[in-house]
Amino acid sequence: MREWPWRLERRASPSGVMRIAAPLLAAFAMLATGLLVFAFLGKDPLNALQVFFVKPLDSAYGVGELLLKATPLALCGLGLALGFRANVWNIGAEGQLTLGAICGGGVALFCSAALGKFAIPVILLAGILGGAAWAAIPALLRTRFNTSEILVSLMLVYIAQLLLSFLLHGAWRDPEGFNFPQSKAFDDALILPVLIEGQRATLAFVLMLVLAVASWVFSSRLFAGFRMLVSGQAPAAAAYAGFSEPRNVWLALLLSGGAAGLAGVCEVIGPIGRLQTDISPGYGFAAIIVAFVGRLHPVGIVLAALLMSLLYLGGESVQLELQLPAAVTGLFQGLLLFYLLAADLFVRFRIAHVPRAVAVA
Amino acid sequence: MAADAPSARLELRGISKRYPTIVANDGVDLTVRVGEIHALIGENGAGKSTLMKIVYGVLRPDAGSIAWEGRKVTVNSPAAARQLGIGMVFQHFALFETLTVAENISLALDEKTTPAQLAPRIRSVADRYGLPVDPQRLVHSMSVGERQRVEIVRCLLQSPKLLIMDEPTSVLTPQAVAQLFETLRRLAAEGMSILYISHKLDEIRALCDTATVLRGGKVSGTANPRAESNASLARLMVGNDLRDASVQPHTLGEVRLEISNFSQTARDPFGTSLRGIDLAVRGGEIVGIAGVSGNGQKELLAALSGETLGAHSGSISLCGRRIDLDGAARRRELGLGFVPEERLGRGAVPPMSLADNALLTGAGAGMVRRGFVQRGAARAAARSTIAAFNVKAGSELSAAERLSGGNLQKFIVGREIRLAPKVLLVAQPTWGVDVGAAQLIHQALVALRDSGAAILLVSEELDELFSLCDRIAVIASGVLSPPQPRSHLSVEAVGLLMSSSVTGAPQAAHA
Repeated sequence: MREWPWRLERRASPSGVMRIAAPLLAAFAMLATGLLVFAFLGKDPLNALQVFFVKPLDSAYGVGELLLKATPLALCGLGLALGFRANVWNIGAEGQLTLGAICGGGVALFCSAALGKFAIPVILLAGILGGAAWAAIPALLRTRFNTSEILVSLMLVYIAQLLLSFLLHGAWRDPEGFNFPQSKAFDDALILPVLIEGQRATLAFVLMLVLAVASWVFSSRLFAGFRMLVSGQAPAAAAYAGFSEPRNVWLALLLSGGAAGLAGVCEVIGPIGRLQTDISPGYGFAAIIVAFVGRLHPVGIVLAALLMSLLYLGGESVQLELQLPAAVTGLFQGLLLFYLLAADLFVRFRIAHVPRAVAVA
Repeated sequence: MAADAPSARLELRGISKRYPTIVANDGVDLTVRVGEIHALIGENGAGKSTLMKIVYGVLRPDAGSIAWEGRKVTVNSPAAARQLGIGMVFQHFALFETLTVAENISLALDEKTTPAQLAPRIRSVADRYGLPVDPQRLVHSMSVGERQRVEIVRCLLQSPKLLIMDEPTSVLTPQAVAQLFETLRRLAAEGMSILYISHKLDEIRALCDTATVLRGGKVSGTANPRAESNASLARLMVGNDLRDASVQPHTLGEVRLEISNFSQTARDPFGTSLRGIDLAVRGGEIVGIAGVSGNGQKELLAALSGETLGAHSGSISLCGRRIDLDGAARRRELGLGFVPEERLGRGAVPPMSLADNALLTGAGAGMVRRGFVQRGAARAAARSTIAAFNVKAGSELSAAERLSGGNLQKFIVGREIRLAPKVLLVAQPTWGVDVGAAQLIHQALVALRDSGAAILLVSEELDELFSLCDRIAVIASGVLSPPQPRSHLSVEAVGLLMSSSVTGAPQAAHA
């Protein structure tokens, strides 16, 4: 058998600089591939890139949209990263986001009058609890029955979306809504205030920044964060030190579920203004990419969320201007993750040439 | 070089291997003759493992040549090495945990055989060399020592011309060692060459014809071990004289750790259930537990540390307080320290800094306040441990995985001792650790004992147990014999108890 003369060798010490540079390299590789894709689609590549990446940001309104879409991405990503670092793989942020929207939206629809000026905080809290409760299901099943939280949390996404659809086709449907599956619009007093008049980015962006700082403090300053990190990197060492694995799983899932729930409720009492069947263009799934591109670090995650948000805006932009399919957004997201994983491989390994084997014996 | 009747089976000339941060081998010459048992000795990090990996084709040298039976060869892969007739028993084992012993061995052999065909061959080799191995057992349930046995059996199945053994006896009873040596001598007489890597100077002097000593990647000397003393060989290895860990008379305190009629069924179907364990360890004494690995040591330590909680009968008390229902963290708060057998991944988190690894067990020692990590305190603790135990590390911010085995073990032992435990559990403290580090660890344990702590030492090294322990018990098949004062015991008596698979208690009583 002929042996491939190249093989991967573990690097003696992965370079810290390269770890940070990997997402940037991945972004450049994504751009380069994008050029090729646009050329194959028969568009002027440079013009297409300009429409994709620059045009969305050439107005203050565009920048506002960037922050608007980055908010749920970063909220979900920050929560997921806490879990990923602890070796708990919540893949179902999209479902927790949906439950957050249902619970927060439900409070907004039916209880707001009684709450007065506390309405918004209570609605947000309901969203957080809804997302956390949905994430509690995989936590319970994993700690009790050792199920895979990856599968359970993923499958619960579809159940959450069907639950939302069930409510909007039935009990919660707006009687004056021409049979569209959507709820009544929320009262104006229940809508999150926008940051700048004339734009759509809301207070949720500020909440997200606060959460980013809080998650940084949690991971790098609190012993609870350290325990989760140890559980992620060396489960046997966590058991040796007496850090409880069930507590690790519960904490990771409740925190990431709560953050996703907050993202969901902020969408429905923010730019959407009511409950409807499509409340998220896959923010919860894209947030997985955001978490990894952001190196599971809060600052990185906020930056990665901005990049991912730009991919959404660019996709819409090329759809309108160049009549390209909306799938371009998904394509760019996939390219980014693919190149990042490849770059990460080469941060830890290098290709070494193996001299051709001389026959022996 | 005479091609017809080569007296040298393996000849290494000027072998060098450089890594980005270290020169592992620097112009090493080594000649192994036909039918010779050749010892390769040196401290951890001296370059022995690198050199053996080069011979076995795992690594390629940057410079130098290898001659096999007088012909120059390039050994590009372990498969090529095996084709030449080189077999190797590694110190760290490459076994698939989810497969059985027979399946693992069938994968490792170059010939195509089914695990079912192999099983009887495995049994016969295992019987012949006194290495009990069940071909149907799953590897994940086996202890380190049992896995090593699998590796030895695997190698012997290939009937090699050169057998490289990396510390093969650390898990065997004295009787089994004697039996293995008998076999090795016979194999050598039949013309097999054996490269024997060990830290046990007594064994090398008893077994080997020639010894090559490595220090800092270079050959520091070649000697006839039969003409040397332990001290002279050790001097070649470390470059200075060794002192024995001194055992001075001392006073006994109150009972610190008491295990009463403790039984626990193993959760793992291949684990060893503990049966009616009784043991009391007083302040100011070291009690040793001898035994061939896989006889319940792992289970007993996990039950004592609190890592395995669950159904059991009997009780465990720490300083008079029952702890068998408390978790590991609570037991630490009450004054229990533990140095586990596995350093990386259990005793330390590999990618984390030494400061963070100090924090791992240091929450109760001022490194956490109101839930916040006190970085400064953790760093100071790591620095003081590094200084006190002469740990060779860049700084307290170096990752644990960057340290050599011996240095990491010194750090872990130092970290646990620094917490001033009332009771310290220690498992295999010097497994794969060089002579200098082992001695430092022994001295530290004796100093802790003299300061009044109770120490329970689980080890498969009888030398270690006899030089450190005040009393020694033997565990076999999950049953612990009553501990006897060291002075009442002989190595042979302990070895007999270790190899008894039924209850060892009655035999111990008359000692």
